Amino acid sequence: MAVETTTRAKLRWGVLDVVVVVFALVPVLWIASLSFKTPATLTDGKFWPREWTLENYRTIFDTDQFVRALINSIGIALIATAIAVVLGTMAAYAISRLDFPGKKLLVGVSLLIAMFPQVSLVSPLFEIERQLGLFDTWPGLILPYITFALPLAIYTLSAFFKQIPWDLEKAAKMDGATQGQAFRRVIAPLAAPGVFTTAILVFIFCWNDFLFAITLTSTERSRTVPVALQFFTGESQFEDPTGAICAAAVVITVPIILFVLFFQRRIVSGLTSGAVKG
Amino acid sequence: MADIVLDKVSKRFPDGTTAVQDVDLEIADGEFVILVGPSGCGKSTTLNMIAGLEDISSGELRIAGERVNDKAPRDRDIAMVFQSYALYPNMTVRENMAFPLRLAKMDKETINQKVEEAAKVLELTALLDRKPANLSGGQRQRVAMGRAIVRQPKAFLMDEPLSNLDAKLRVQMRTVVSRLQKQLGTTTVYVTHDQTEAMTLGDRVVIMRGGAVQQVGPPQELYDHPRNLFVAGFIGSPSMNFLHAKVEEGRLRTALGDVPIGERVRRELEAGDAPRELILGVRPEHFEDAALIDDETRARGVEFEAPVDIVESMGSDKYVYFTVEGERATAAELEELAADAGAADFAGAGSNLVTRLSAESPVREGENRRVWFNLEKIHLFDPGSGRNLTLHEGRSAGALAD
Repeated sequence: MAVETTTRAKLRWGVLDVVVVVFALVPVLWIASLSFKTPATLTDGKFWPREWTLENYRTIFDTDQFVRALINSIGIALIATAIAVVLGTMAAYAISRLDFPGKKLLVGVSLLIAMFPQVSLVSPLFEIERQLGLFDTWPGLILPYITFALPLAIYTLSAFFKQIPWDLEKAAKMDGATQGQAFRRVIAPLAAPGVFTTAILVFIFCWNDFLFAITLTSTERSRTVPVALQFFTGESQFEDPTGAICAAAVVITVPIILFVLFFQRRIVSGLTSGAVKG
Repeated sequence: MADIVLDKVSKRFPDGTTAVQDVDLEIADGEFVILVGPSGCGKSTTLNMIAGLEDISSGELRIAGERVNDKAPRDRDIAMVFQSYALYPNMTVRENMAFPLRLAKMDKETINQKVEEAAKVLELTALLDRKPANLSGGQRQRVAMGRAIVRQPKAFLMDEPLSNLDAKLRVQMRTVVSRLQKQLGTTTVYVTHDQTEAMTLGDRVVIMRGGAVQQVGPPQELYDHPRNLFVAGFIGSPSMNFLHAKVEEGRLRTALGDVPIGERVRRELEAGDAPRELILGVRPEHFEDAALIDDETRARGVEFEAPVDIVESMGSDKYVYFTVEGERATAAELEELAADAGAADFAGAGSNLVTRLSAESPVREGENRRVWFNLEKIHLFDPGSGRNLTLHEGRSAGALAD
């Protein structure tokens, strides 16, 4: 009886999983398939391209516009992620370990920032950045990205810090470590999975942002890929850029996948097991 | 190595509670001192203050003659073993043990040599390259000890280091700890809530209750001459029997019959503020089957008869449980002890009496048995203050002393 239920339950879960995965992946595969089609067969409605071509990829990498946007995207997202994760780690450590006045307020305000609709900030930000000369620069995008990514980083990381046994830090202090050494050599390595998880989330947020990128940039100088795609046209006005846009879409998915794969290996659970008993 | 002196050390928390109250304690160089008491008695807080993990609210702490109140833990040169072991899970056993040495910036060769040495003492050599996650509880415990001994600190602090082990291993590790301490001769402060550990391990035992020290002394002295009701009830397993006793016509009326009292106790009771009701304390081993004793011994005690509840034969002797009628002994200390043992709502009607009789006793469950107890070994306590009235100049002489 019990075995039967588990087999049936497994089957049910399996089917459900497949449905979800297919539902999520079909559009992605479709885009990938389109990117390999020639302009002539683009609209034939076949899932599997009849004629394979790499022409679309060649096109996008031949245009300065796309390459430049790709560099902007990578640079901006990496810098914003790095700063947000470092600041977030320190803030989360303080929140989870220390009792300081205004702690609740700080947590509340950061939650507020995360809930604030970004679209309502776009016009004021546009004005502010123009006044400050940040408009259409890398810092002009990095700063708002950090602002919106920080609450997320703090939340994820403080959850991780709370899992690390307090005793480890005390032990490190007894072993002769300063507060800084205890953090760097004992706590930080254990918080690594949390840091990487946060880094992935923040990076994806920065990489995918369209709203800030389109309002706070005006030229190739700092335009990121999601926006550049919008301005994508073919070689000539009359050429249909669908294939090229699809190719670009595939290309900008690749860094995310690489990033996640790279860090996923480091997100191993159970890193703190064996530290304390009970 | 060094002595540790606590001079009127207190700990008050910001919310106004006092965790530790004016603790005076001198721990000699190389001494093994146990802090023991029920949970919440302030023993761990005291240890943490010695370690430097908690601030000292008032009083002075001196290690090797030097005031260390304001020193960070790392500047006190003491090592600590935690109840949870607190091993660094990302490091191997070797790295765990080398950690304090690396922080002390020793050269690699010395570190290696010291780690190997400590590993040999604790029989950890084969495990040096494992991670803590792959070790058993007892092995982790040994690594935690290894991390403490490896840098030869001035003192060891141990916070219930054995309480996470299963019973058998705990007994085994107890001897390991004891031997290690003797071998190294390092001043050790050991916190436990287990009175057996306290009795077996320490040179001296400090019994704490509600943040205050109740009595300090060698285990046997605490056992034989408890200063108050709390110490008497806490030390000993099975614990001392407590019975209600009423002073009437120069005798004590108890559920075990009338008990005569000697001159000294009489004088105590003649004082104006002396209590009319007392608590009589008898340890289980001071009972004996009345059929098994000679007349000379018989004269030193009194006899009573009671129905036998349960007989537990231990081989070497028998634990016999009686139920005796009459008023139960009540005092704040006893309630606290019962609550700590988790037996507060478990007492039932009447008083339960635990006795340890000779294995030769033919006692059987259900029968009425005549039992003798030694008056020279009994204690009388004031239920209000908990004071031991039979104690004279730190020695307890029973009820009959003149």
